[in-house]
Amino acid sequence: MDRILDNRNALGLLFMLPAATLLLAFLTYPLGLGTWLGFTDAKVGRAGEFVGLENFVFLFGDPVARLSLFNTLFYTAVASVLKFALGLWLAVLLNEHLPFKAFLRAIVLLPFIVPTALSAIAFWWIYDAQFSVVSWTLQRMGLIDRYIDFLGDPWMARFSTIAANVWRGVPFIAICLLAGLQTISPSLYEAAALDGASGWQRVRHVTLPLLTPIIAVVMTFSVLFTFTDFQLIYVLTRGGPLNATPLMATLSFQRAIPGGALGEGAALATAMVPFLLAAILFSYFGLQRRAWQQGGADR
Amino acid sequence: MQKLKRRDFLKASAGAAAGAAVGPFVWAGEARAQWSNTPEKGAKLRVLRWKRFVQGDEDAYMANVKKFTEKTGIEVRVDHEGWEDVRPKAAVAANTGAGPDIILSTNDDANLYPDKLLDVTDLAEYLGKKYGGWYPVCQQYLKPDGKKWIGVPLGAAGNCLVYRESQVRAAGYTSFPRDTAGFLKLMQALKEKGTPGGFALGNATGDGNTWTHWLLWSHGGKLVNDKNQVVIDSPETIKALEYARDLYPTFVPGTLSWLDPNNNKAFLDGQVSVTCNGISVYYAAKNSQDPKVKELAADIQHANMPIGPVGVPTEFNLFFNQMIFRYTKYPKAAKEFIRFMLEEEQYGAWMQAGIGYVTQPLVAYEKNPIWTIDPKHTPYRDAMKVMRPGGWPGRLGYASAGAISDFIVVNMVAEAASGSKTPKEAAERAQKRAERYYKV
Repeated sequence: MDRILDNRNALGLLFMLPAATLLLAFLTYPLGLGTWLGFTDAKVGRAGEFVGLENFVFLFGDPVARLSLFNTLFYTAVASVLKFALGLWLAVLLNEHLPFKAFLRAIVLLPFIVPTALSAIAFWWIYDAQFSVVSWTLQRMGLIDRYIDFLGDPWMARFSTIAANVWRGVPFIAICLLAGLQTISPSLYEAAALDGASGWQRVRHVTLPLLTPIIAVVMTFSVLFTFTDFQLIYVLTRGGPLNATPLMATLSFQRAIPGGALGEGAALATAMVPFLLAAILFSYFGLQRRAWQQGGADR
Repeated sequence: MQKLKRRDFLKASAGAAAGAAVGPFVWAGEARAQWSNTPEKGAKLRVLRWKRFVQGDEDAYMANVKKFTEKTGIEVRVDHEGWEDVRPKAAVAANTGAGPDIILSTNDDANLYPDKLLDVTDLAEYLGKKYGGWYPVCQQYLKPDGKKWIGVPLGAAGNCLVYRESQVRAAGYTSFPRDTAGFLKLMQALKEKGTPGGFALGNATGDGNTWTHWLLWSHGGKLVNDKNQVVIDSPETIKALEYARDLYPTFVPGTLSWLDPNNNKAFLDGQVSVTCNGISVYYAAKNSQDPKVKELAADIQHANMPIGPVGVPTEFNLFFNQMIFRYTKYPKAAKEFIRFMLEEEQYGAWMQAGIGYVTQPLVAYEKNPIWTIDPKHTPYRDAMKVMRPGGWPGRLGYASAGAISDFIVVNMVAEAASGSKTPKEAAERAQKRAERYYKV
């Protein structure tokens, strides 16, 4: 026994065991089970049999499922771009010398800290057809003559949910990028200034290349979170109005649990995996290239 | 216990039989119902139920639970979850074979996993015999094969039209219209007076489904026939959707986005004159701390859902069941608990505390004074007598559950009402969507 404990490798394995067990039990097993269920006709309360790709074929022929794919892609694309732009902007602002810097940085994180379900409920009031504070204010100011139908029109509902998602996601990106900005040595900017680089050139040739690794990581996470978003849609619209806003995550739940079709719901969730993998691979191979990070161009 | 005269009983049961033609009536005319059951020694129970809609429900329910523990020595732990969260939890319990011994759930949940549920035929028959029989809809939900009870009905959250008496009077009506044609005219008159009504047209699991199913059925449309063939794309459905199209312009703006809580909020704020809801709006107004809202209670009135061209009530109310799972270690104690809670002494007091939010599944409880003590309660009394199950008149199971949870009927009505699709297009789309479920 003593000898085993003296062995560095054995000891290392032993120390890794708890974490590995946790990962296997709570991550690998559910993921594997979920994927397996997607290939069966399991229902709530009834074990399924292997049916191959039947669920996927079925879902492909389902306009609602196809709409949920479109919504998810649209939601992720628009929200991620907006979050990146606003997040970068906010990071640059926070990187300047501001009064109450520490306080401001802490406050910026608030939307991210509030539990999603709570902020979703806040947005639900903001978007409410009868009680919207936005509509109320605009109406009092005489700018509109009837309440804005934030969640009652398909496209309005899509953009309203995206806005709520952006509001929630910006702080995470801003704070991460701010951390990245602070690792960039001021001497690089001085050198660039001496070489006569304009403000934009400094951003393009100093800031961006050095920030790319962080951007890659942050945006990968952001895309993954946005793609798998559930709570906002579930609280704000439930996939309405006119069934126009389901995301793959919400539809998957709706089909699997209230609808009882576990296999179909699992298949819909599994169908998200390729997209998520693609996002990860893109950031890994597309944004992590050394040459570009060192200010060089692609060969 | 309240004694029932045979004559009274016959009257009540005849009414129930007329309300819905499906399913035999249970009462066999036996003078005394027998029950003998000895719970397991040292039994402990875990109960999962939906969270109250009205405070009185929870208080009285827990008081009854305490009484049960005092009488039998059986410890009972009760967990409360939002009603839409009970369904996933019950599903997990059914799939994994572990969880609460008893789950109080909704609609056709029991029909998804009948094999996982304890046979409670003895208990259901005992209660049925003792209390004048179960309403037919109970059997449609919980005695699907006509022989075996897979759960014990708890009741239903009835839905009525909740309206502002003063505003309806101001629109020129001294009494509330009883048919759909008159109702449409009233809604138009209310709109003209600047006091519109509003009904949930978003993906609202409760309030969206209840009134859109009523509308569909009132005109003779239905999702499937009794052979489970999808027949929603029918002239009757089109009629219902044309009615919806005419009705929608009388609504307050924004109803397409309404989820379950919206109509309650809007009504209590005085923004809508008519909506479809349980008695919870009235309860909330009566018990409000806000004097303005409390004042509103006096102006609230209830009317049964109007009768459509089919000539009979066509209500769809939220059904509550009580399921004992087979994995329970204490099946006898579990049965004893449900029996105790449904006996007159407990059930009557519970129903009164919730001012009838949950309507009785047993005919004899129609006589409970809660239904007459305040005339505003009375319309909710017959909720279970006249209601139909979700997949009516087809079989309940995966297809019916899937179709409801996918909001097929709600979306169809919303599409036609808002004019985003013509009634014909909306019906065709619903037909296609439903066929996908009913093929399984």
